[in-house]
Amino acid sequence: MIKSELAKKLYSHEAHFGEVQRQITLSWGQAARISYRNVTMRLGRAMITGAGVVLGIAFLCSVWTAKVAQEGLERYEAQSARAITGDDAALAPGAEDVETERKARAARQAWLVVMSLLVSAVGITNSMLMSVTERFREIGTMKCLGALDEFIVRLFLIESAVLGIMGSLVGALLGSGIMLLVYVGKERGVAAMMDWGQMFSYILIAMGIGTILSLLAAVPPSFRAARLPPAAALSTEV
Amino acid sequence: MARIECPKCKHVIDTPGIVTVCPECGADLRGVMDEMAHRRERLRDVGRDDSVTTHEFIVRTKDLHKIYIMGEVEVPALRGVEINIRRGEYLSIMGPSGSGKSTLFNMVGGLDKPTKGTCFIEEVDMAQLDAFELAWLRCRKIGYIFQTFNLIPVMTALENVTLPMIFAGMSSDEMMDRGAMLLDLVGLGDRLHHKPYELSGGQQQRVAVARALANNPAIILADEPTGNLDLQTGKEIIDLLKELNEQSGVTVISATHDLKMIDVSDRIVHIRDGQIERVEKRADLDLDIGTLGSGAKPELGE
Repeated sequence: MIKSELAKKLYSHEAHFGEVQRQITLSWGQAARISYRNVTMRLGRAMITGAGVVLGIAFLCSVWTAKVAQEGLERYEAQSARAITGDDAALAPGAEDVETERKARAARQAWLVVMSLLVSAVGITNSMLMSVTERFREIGTMKCLGALDEFIVRLFLIESAVLGIMGSLVGALLGSGIMLLVYVGKERGVAAMMDWGQMFSYILIAMGIGTILSLLAAVPPSFRAARLPPAAALSTEV
Repeated sequence: MARIECPKCKHVIDTPGIVTVCPECGADLRGVMDEMAHRRERLRDVGRDDSVTTHEFIVRTKDLHKIYIMGEVEVPALRGVEINIRRGEYLSIMGPSGSGKSTLFNMVGGLDKPTKGTCFIEEVDMAQLDAFELAWLRCRKIGYIFQTFNLIPVMTALENVTLPMIFAGMSSDEMMDRGAMLLDLVGLGDRLHHKPYELSGGQQQRVAVARALANNPAIILADEPTGNLDLQTGKEIIDLLKELNEQSGVTVISATHDLKMIDVSDRIVHIRDGQIERVEKRADLDLDIGTLGSGAKPELGE
């Protein structure tokens, strides 16, 4: 099968090698291609990893959307009341009650936001940790082929950034969408009275948080994986 | 090609840039080395062109020890292994499992660090290489073949073969040409775009052989390359390695307990309990058929 001019064939690129910089490289473009490959080829696995992000961000967005929609609802009800009685003072008797209730609700919401952030952080860290750990052998192989530690970290960073952005986008749409359906379904007029600008900025903030969290969660395990001696990485059984 | 001379003892060092102290007198060579802007170019050329190098031995180990720490127990895997491997040699390391042959493989391949002792590749002490130089060595000088193939599962055969070329900084077009050429060479010219799971074990191992050849290594290290293959497929891989060894002059070092390897090996190193038990030469076997295992004398450290 191997022809006798094997040696000639094998070393025909010798001249070329002479011109190449004596470097070990992995361009961001190549890294992005490999990471993209990893995400699309293991779509099922990537979706499970991404689900951690999706759920956390959906929770966060639903809390924030509920807040914005509730305010819209109140404005709408106030407007309706005015329309019926034709009197601005109609709300006045209950003003103090409304104020204390609003404060209580704000505290409850802050608590929910903190909780949902914690949920996202734990979920994302866990899934990133798993997805790095189950690929130890692959990391060992890449190091045998000449990958520097930073290449490994780079690949996982790109991957987690992609998963983070996609996951938070889906999560934000899901969380906000469901909450909006609930409120608008209850009272159609809410949509007109809502502060859409604020809701949009909440969605952007939530997406930013999701992306940053998944990046932060991927860094420690990928650093740990990259620094393993290849022999140890190769012999890891998961 | 330039060499450097130790400023103190005039010992000639053939591979500057990797050794930072003179192996003879221990003098610091960094000053001399800085003048050599093309140090890595030099390292590349060594081993490919015999007019450049004079080292007889491509791999040399000296009193190699490796101790694994399992909980509180120290488990010695290698206990003072000395082995000299010639350029272009086909060497098999044999021994029962747990004898330390895979550990030796890892030390020689720069995949793990010895607890004590030194391992030289091209007379370069591997312990003195930094992370970059080690990666460079793995990328350009050594091709690895594993029992479990270790192809990247999400990549096609061609992508697996070209991965080391990406690290080596080759241009995309040339990478594809060379990758296809190598796969053709191992008989997989029609399987370029198959994923590893679409290939049989033997075919996967062929991809691994092609990948090991990606950057024209001087050494191919194979750890039980036939361990997961049936008899016939294993034989084909062995023949492939032997042909490569004979025709391109690449040094093949293979850890194995596959007796089929004996036929093609120039030398067989038997390892037991982390020490070299005996070394058999192919020549001895040919002359002295029937005395396999008893006729050859140990030749530790050559």
